[in-house]
Amino acid sequence: MMKKRTDLKTIILGIILIAVLAVISVGLEGVAKNVKGLSIMMAVMKKGTVYALLAVSMNLLNGFTGLFSLGQAGFMLVGAYTYAILSIPVAKRAGVYQYYDGGIVNFSVPEIFSGFLGDTLGPVIGMLLTLLICGLLAAVLGWLIGLPALRLKSDYLAIATLGFAEIMRTFIQYEAFAPLTNGSNTLRQYPTFKHLYPYVIVVGLCILFIVLLVNSTYGRAFKAIRDDEIAAEAMGIDLAKHKMLAFVTSSFFAGLGGGLMAMYMSSVQAKGFTSAMTYEILLMVVIGGIGSISGSIIAAFLFIGCSEWWLRFLDDSANNIAGMKLLAPGFRMVVFSVVIMIIVLFFRRGLMGDKELPDLFRRKGKKRGKEVVGE
Amino acid sequence: MADIFQACLNSLLPGISVGGQYALIALGYTMVYGILRLINFAHGDIFTVAGFVMFYAVTAMPVYLAIPFTIVITVLLGFSVERLAYKPLRSAPRMSVMISAIGVSYLLQNLMWYLTGGQPQQYPVIPWISDNIQVFGMETKRVTVITPILTFVLVILLVTLIKKTRIGMAMRAASRDFETARLMGIKINSVISVTFVIGSFLAAVGSFLFFSNYSTVSPTVGTMPGLKAFVAAVFGGIGSIPGAVVGGFLIGICENIIRALGYSTFSDAFTFALLILVLCLKPTGLFGEKMEEKV
Repeated sequence: MMKKRTDLKTIILGIILIAVLAVISVGLEGVAKNVKGLSIMMAVMKKGTVYALLAVSMNLLNGFTGLFSLGQAGFMLVGAYTYAILSIPVAKRAGVYQYYDGGIVNFSVPEIFSGFLGDTLGPVIGMLLTLLICGLLAAVLGWLIGLPALRLKSDYLAIATLGFAEIMRTFIQYEAFAPLTNGSNTLRQYPTFKHLYPYVIVVGLCILFIVLLVNSTYGRAFKAIRDDEIAAEAMGIDLAKHKMLAFVTSSFFAGLGGGLMAMYMSSVQAKGFTSAMTYEILLMVVIGGIGSISGSIIAAFLFIGCSEWWLRFLDDSANNIAGMKLLAPGFRMVVFSVVIMIIVLFFRRGLMGDKELPDLFRRKGKKRGKEVVGE
Repeated sequence: MADIFQACLNSLLPGISVGGQYALIALGYTMVYGILRLINFAHGDIFTVAGFVMFYAVTAMPVYLAIPFTIVITVLLGFSVERLAYKPLRSAPRMSVMISAIGVSYLLQNLMWYLTGGQPQQYPVIPWISDNIQVFGMETKRVTVITPILTFVLVILLVTLIKKTRIGMAMRAASRDFETARLMGIKINSVISVTFVIGSFLAAVGSFLFFSNYSTVSPTVGTMPGLKAFVAAVFGGIGSIPGAVVGGFLIGICENIIRALGYSTFSDAFTFALLILVLCLKPTGLFGEKMEEKV
């Protein structure tokens, strides 16, 4: 009974929080429209929101279940392509698939829905449904990959999933699938969310689901597997089942996040979804603290903010102090990666460790009780 | 008959050559993994740095000085990466060290981008090894023939080092049991440093051969050969030196045969498919030792 009630509390609190954030983002957008130089902030907020979901979905796997997977970019790629393929308006397909006679997909999910739900509600429902399909497809793929890959341990799993991501990238660019995927050309002109608040709502709901999952019996089983696989098995936890569940769930949200990413970028090309993208998300998880959902969210915004916005001045050679040639394009990323290395080396627990934001307020008194020392 | 022989040779010779280059990089991976149980994700980037150093070195000095200079810089880089990024994490969980390796790779790539402007550069022509020669009636660069020979010479030297010298014995001990080796008075840090020095040296040699063939250097060019060399190391059984060499040659040859058959899109995918197959069927690789999991 107690459990049910806390769950309900989390859901209600989460939904209120999402609503508040959505309202704030509408307000922010109004402000940004009127203040010069803040349009970059909106771009950062959108990208940060998408990456927050991607980081949390990776944290579910790497941080909570202890499965070190580096396949994120592959699932994002599948999600992004699914979204683009299913939602490019029929009339624009001839232009996008110009080398392949308009491609072989001759429908657009948002358009089908606007057919019988009207032009305002229809496309939105259609887009959301397409996002769901992105997630489901990535989850199915995750299941297929998980069958062989999850038998592997630690770094072997990392390499195998990295390999799968690379294979997916190759397949999507393969000429024989080009009528479906447009080969190595870009997919574009699909409908996107114009404002920030739909991103916030979708990502918020997804993260709320992950929070509920982590706090459920499944979540406790995940953590048990992370802490000690053999002990967890001895306690009667079905390792294969739980690992697969975590992997499939994480793939689902990576795919959905990929769909959102496609929206944010407004054109997708398989070339961009390299392992470097996975590494960036992994670094976000590390900065936020492995095993902390709120940490991942904060880190995603900090990461995107730093790399896209606040450190911009470092790239501008006009800002150089007399005679020095230090500041030049690319310097921003050098400074940024040095900061990341410092965090990785000396603040190994990241911003939040494995604590969540509410924990910080709750037990301020009895902190520093135990310092976890590495094995 | 002669035609078939010619066709085989046409795809086999470049395959063997690329394979030798992979083998040289793979040795760096496999030696580090053998001792630290760490996938050194930055190894591919160290290889790329060697390419860039060579590119800038030839503008300032003659080639016969530029080659040793590049080797020294690469070795120093490998050594300092280990000291700065891996040594502080010696007692940390393995995952932290791997993340640190990924961070180093990210840093090196961004650094190269900043220092070089991100433009792909034309790799300098190294005289003699870039000359065109005729092999069995086939026109090729001399480097194609030199690579496998040089690889074998270096591997034999390496094996001798590991089997016959004191430091080699220490390396074998450390890779067998890290903790016990330390208790026996082996200076584990210097053993690890030597491993990184040898690995970086081989990566530098590999970079001369690879870029003489490939001819352009850009900040991310090392990622793919790096990953493939890693696959080669896993295929041969990570931690095993003959394994890495066999794996490197095998992947190089298969890749070129696939290219010759007209499926060049899949040459990268094949490598990873092979990796996954090996990991699932025989996770310890061809020559790897079986590892017991202790409770």
